[in-house]
Amino acid sequence: MPARPANVSRGSHFASSALAVILVLLAARAFAAELKFPPLTGRVVDDAGVLSASTISELDEMLAQHERTTSEQVVVATIGSLQGHSIEDYGYQLGRSWGIGQKGKNNGAILIVAPHEHKVRIEVGYGLEGQLTDAASRVIIENYVTPQFRKGDFNAGALAGTASILRALGDDAAANLHPETVPVAEGVDANQTQLSSSTEFMLMIFLLIVMLIVMRRSRHPYLMRHGGGPYMGSGGFGGGSSGGGGFSGGGGSFGGGGASGSW
Amino acid sequence: MRVKHSHAFLLLAAMVLAIGGAPGCNSVNQLPTLDEQVKAAWSEVLNQYQRRTDLIPNLVETVKGYARQEEKVLTEVTDARAKATQMQLPPDILSNPDKFKEFEQNQAALGGALGRLLAVSEKYPDLKSNQNFLALQSQLEGTENRIAVARRDYILAVQQYNTYLRTYPGKWIAGWMYPEMKLRETFTISEQAQQVPQVKF
Repeated sequence: MPARPANVSRGSHFASSALAVILVLLAARAFAAELKFPPLTGRVVDDAGVLSASTISELDEMLAQHERTTSEQVVVATIGSLQGHSIEDYGYQLGRSWGIGQKGKNNGAILIVAPHEHKVRIEVGYGLEGQLTDAASRVIIENYVTPQFRKGDFNAGALAGTASILRALGDDAAANLHPETVPVAEGVDANQTQLSSSTEFMLMIFLLIVMLIVMRRSRHPYLMRHGGGPYMGSGGFGGGSSGGGGFSGGGGSFGGGGASGSW
Repeated sequence: MRVKHSHAFLLLAAMVLAIGGAPGCNSVNQLPTLDEQVKAAWSEVLNQYQRRTDLIPNLVETVKGYARQEEKVLTEVTDARAKATQMQLPPDILSNPDKFKEFEQNQAALGGALGRLLAVSEKYPDLKSNQNFLALQSQLEGTENRIAVARRDYILAVQQYNTYLRTYPGKWIAGWMYPEMKLRETFTISEQAQQVPQVKF
């Protein structure tokens, strides 16, 4: 495509420069610039509006807990429109744009749901590809996510999928919250969540409020300075992790790992 | 001339370096930086192609267990893999159009052969439900996607580098300070075309 510029005469300098610039602009347009991503408002971004408030807070709690103990950032995103792109194409660019995962470790993953296109994908950052392999991602999607989505139950699918992702990352606490994801039984709704859901919900709200208060207090002096930087070392206990409001990507990158499915 | 005005020249050089060192400026370090990005993107491309290459023997063995009669497709994959791995990559491959093209064609041929192997596998229900095959298949799909991403990153890195080298002031800076920097080759076969059979065996 680009003309090879062997011995460019002086007269055509301008032309060739202009051509090169245009080519780059075109390429940028073709690859990235046209994609618009929803803002990263928390660990659960329900851009498509298919998740219930209780699901969102339950997911948020699970994911925040996971980041506190491992510094790995897992995010759930429902997308209103893939804007004509494939979910693979959209997914890694979304991950890079949001910077999910800690900088340098690239330990982020995103469960991406595109309800209108009937596509789902687990996008895995470089640093988690060893644990959350392509094969594992595909098994999660086919066994726990798409069966629920087929029934139209986005809440159950997102919860089971997220719990399975965390379990693949070695987080047993999350798996225990959703025991239905442990054995390969049919991914039926767990009655356990129904049982204690109201008390759990109250507790969660309470926790959220406490966290928000703590966040507010610590935000000005500490978070502002350290929020952007990579809080590495063992576990991200200190500043960054929070219950939603103050969440931001750690600067991790993605290279197309993971698996996709449809329903 | 330069000898005469050596003091002025040094002063100018110092100024340029000082300006170049300031953040956000179009620095003299930009070309080496872009060059390093191209190199990093290229090693990621190689890395992902290698990953695909490594998956193949296992995949071929698994398919053979269920579909031995698909000998033609199996041989095609094995041959294409051999051809791709036997190619010696010269150190200057990124600025060597012929070798670069050869590399790309070999990998495209391998991609095409693999695509046909997976298509053939659809005919064998036992193979399709084999856990090992399913795992390999999803790894292969994931790797193809990683290759696509790595190629796109490489293309973008090369476009930035080449543009800098062909526009001002990069052209002056390169001519003065980095005369050894050459334009880099980029991928020309589209990702779709890679799936199209284009090997003659």
